[in-house]
Amino acid sequence: MSLQLQCDVNALNAAYAAALDEKRFDDWLEFFTVDAMYKVQARENFDRGLPLALIALESKAMMKDRVYGVTNTIFHGPYYMRHIIGPVRLMGNDEDLIRSEASYAVFRTKPGSVSEVYNVGRYIDTLVRTQAGLKISSRLCVYDSEMVLNSLIYPI
Amino acid sequence: MSAPETLSRWQQPGSSRVPFWVYTDAQLYQRELDLIFYGKHWSYVGLEVEIPNTGDFKLAFIGQRQVIMVRDRVAPKDRATDGGIRVVENRCAHRGVRFCQQPHGNARSFVCPYHQWTYKLNGDLAGLPFKDGVKDGDSVNGGMPEGFDLKDHGLTKLRVAVLHGLVFATFSEETEPLEEYLGADVMPWLDRIFKAPSTGLRSDRNLVLLGYNRQRIPGNWKLMMENIKDPYHPGLLHTWFVTFGLWRADQKSRMVMDAQGRHAVMISRKNEGGANAAVTDGVTSFKANMSLGDDRLLDVVPEPWWSIDDPSHPGQSITPTVTMITLFPSLIIQQQVNSLSTRHIVPRGEGEFDFIWTHFGFADDTPEMTRRRLRQANLFGPAGFVSADDGEVIEFSQDGFKQWGDDGSTLCELDGTGTEMTEHMVTETLIRSMYSYWKKVMTP
Repeated sequence: MSLQLQCDVNALNAAYAAALDEKRFDDWLEFFTVDAMYKVQARENFDRGLPLALIALESKAMMKDRVYGVTNTIFHGPYYMRHIIGPVRLMGNDEDLIRSEASYAVFRTKPGSVSEVYNVGRYIDTLVRTQAGLKISSRLCVYDSEMVLNSLIYPI
Repeated sequence: MSAPETLSRWQQPGSSRVPFWVYTDAQLYQRELDLIFYGKHWSYVGLEVEIPNTGDFKLAFIGQRQVIMVRDRVAPKDRATDGGIRVVENRCAHRGVRFCQQPHGNARSFVCPYHQWTYKLNGDLAGLPFKDGVKDGDSVNGGMPEGFDLKDHGLTKLRVAVLHGLVFATFSEETEPLEEYLGADVMPWLDRIFKAPSTGLRSDRNLVLLGYNRQRIPGNWKLMMENIKDPYHPGLLHTWFVTFGLWRADQKSRMVMDAQGRHAVMISRKNEGGANAAVTDGVTSFKANMSLGDDRLLDVVPEPWWSIDDPSHPGQSITPTVTMITLFPSLIIQQQVNSLSTRHIVPRGEGEFDFIWTHFGFADDTPEMTRRRLRQANLFGPAGFVSADDGEVIEFSQDGFKQWGDDGSTLCELDGTGTEMTEHMVTETLIRSMYSYWKKVMTP
């Protein structure tokens, strides 16, 4: 069972990465439950118990507002992302709630430029089983990178 | 070319055309460090609330020099006059080592790992190994020469001034007192955010640290000061500001500066947004039909301290929803509705700076207000709905300056070429006033 679950969560993360790397942001929304939480937070804040996050979205509707910002309102130089997500580590689960973590590295490539290490950290997740399969009810991206390379527009 | 020669090449009168080399000349940047950051200016170091206990310290930068802000022990008899905040340079007096590597923490003393030179929290040298040599039978090997005095070999101690919990420091003995440096026109706007109503026992409001965001921006440091002295762009670059009426040209606004033109406050009051032909027609960033799926992102609740007696019209009340304060050379203080932060510029060469956001609230905030401040933080910072694009345009500005070369200049003539305060935001007066001051400082 645990092996199967591990497989399922790894597959979810791979699909999640592909959606972002292919800029399918509407698909990205569908990995979450309606009342899901999505945060991107600097490790220094996380470790010190400081509540500020770089991005803190408290519902799928808020995530949709972010997607509108990414695609329509936030002026930015375009770039590709490439997510490399490590194998998932199950942190304990019961029938309904699965806790897991995985390391990630995101590379950024701007037009005409070399690829750079953009954001490195770990996902701290809770997932739930639904009729439509596994969904993320909370994803906290805690990043080690002490400096954001200018700006961070797309979700991680 | 040498920097002084470079500066004399600014031949145009006034400050409404800023030559590209002001942003791209490496030698000029070195002079800026000496004359501005290490010269007669007060630089922001941090918030007192970041180091609440004796021995608490944090690292910070003034220009490219790393300093330690630390809370020293203070004898009970001195506590009424000495808050104990010290700022010392993170550079050992012995061999120049940047000895402190923890970004924050608590210390009883500072010890350089290389040769164990030990400093008190105030930067005094407390002792060093083998100062009097090492005994070898009847003789003594080595040791410091006669006349070596610990007192002469402490860390560089900066002058420190604390205003309402904001800590500033300067390397110069000649910098005027902080409140004089900031000026009477700017002070009321700092008081508005940081000073407690006069009924309280303490005169400063107690702050709560909410956290940090850090970004590295590939542009000249002055571009960030300009960005927050530029009331022209927010209603054009930032969709959220023009669409939701947080900042745009049909609002009641005021541009304030100090007598020298180096500091500024942009003051405005939000409106309901929506279409108004004068400021939205043809503006592509305006999205007439945009609405939020989750309006908690903009759950603005007015706070009592927003209203003050209008410094320009005593006896009348004024209630801004936004004040953006630029304190030369390196601090921006933001109040945009319920979101509060300091933004600290750390230059890293002529073409790059770090930008450090410290978000805060007040000790008497309700949990709902704290959540609101944190939610509205989504608008700001390196990923913010409005601020992310500021970093982007600064990068592209620097790219533009570099590709042309020395004879190019920026055009900065909205509302003329003067440097007066205005009662509207359709102006670039604050940028002109900063460069007018900058020219004076850079040609001593």
